[in-house]
Amino acid sequence: MNENLFTSFITPTMVGIPVVVFIIAFPNILFPNPNRLINNRWTTIQLWMVNLILKQMMMMHNIKGRTWSLMLISLIMFIGSTNLLGLLPHSFTPTTQLSMNLGMAIPLWAGAVVMGFRHKTKASLAHFLPQGTPIPLIPMLIIIETISLFIQPMALAVRLTANITAGHLLIHLIGGATLVLMSISTPTAMITFIILIFLTILEFAVALIQAYVFTLLVSLYLHDNT
Amino acid sequence: MTTFSEDLSQLGTVRAKASGTQFLDSKIASVVPLKERNLMDVKLGALPSWILMWDFTPSGIAGPFQQGYYQYYNKYVNVKKGSITGLSMVLTAYMVFSYCLSYKELKHERLWKYH
Repeated sequence: MNENLFTSFITPTMVGIPVVVFIIAFPNILFPNPNRLINNRWTTIQLWMVNLILKQMMMMHNIKGRTWSLMLISLIMFIGSTNLLGLLPHSFTPTTQLSMNLGMAIPLWAGAVVMGFRHKTKASLAHFLPQGTPIPLIPMLIIIETISLFIQPMALAVRLTANITAGHLLIHLIGGATLVLMSISTPTAMITFIILIFLTILEFAVALIQAYVFTLLVSLYLHDNT
Repeated sequence: MTTFSEDLSQLGTVRAKASGTQFLDSKIASVVPLKERNLMDVKLGALPSWILMWDFTPSGIAGPFQQGYYQYYNKYVNVKKGSITGLSMVLTAYMVFSYCLSYKELKHERLWKYH
């Protein structure tokens, strides 16, 4: 049981071929291109969702921030679809790997910050000091604000990794417990099974929410810096 | 594309049946080039050389995958009244594929007394 718990998180290779590349590229084929004015049902549903998310998310940005629309929409589609696909049995979820989430978080955060420093240097530097702080506190506060700035990409990546990994681990554990309890005492197994159902519903929500939170925070950093 | 009976008559033997053109005389060398034949028309001995004749460039490898994708897409998804079947078949295939990938670790989770 000990080593089995984490074996679902190892990157899959098959006789030396890194299959993980194909698994990361797999959600791409689930989003077909809209070619016509009136598309098939699958494409229509996706277009409707993209419009909804786009209007909701990009409303608060100015013209400069809206140039990031494509990036943010593809980000939320990727993270959402990858998380949802990971809820299928036996599948591998790339977003459980910290390496991939860091690879997503650090460039996006750095891009927003560098853009802010280039275009609005004074305002970006002014973010380090909130308004109305007492004068003796200023040096310490600047240090604290710098640390909180640099921790933003780490928090983005670790938040996504930890949430998805913890959810998968819980499902494994409670599912294993249900199986073992079935032969010991069936009513307890039923209770555990009901817990498992609720957990799965929660995981569906978490999968989508995490995508949303990731993208929202990136857009927030963008808003500060445009 | 000439029919088989015309090929046979060209070479001087008249053994084609009236019904079909699938009758093959083993002494006659094939006149259709090896590359354009489908899998069912290739003889078993010529199979390795037929495989080696494939196009192994990146665009040559991507071609069949793209064709396969569009065959599935136009049959099940890109229709006027598509249903959940198109998507769920893909997800089931993905699940089976992931099961095969992780079979090695799943072997230990069988409910046997002695592993």
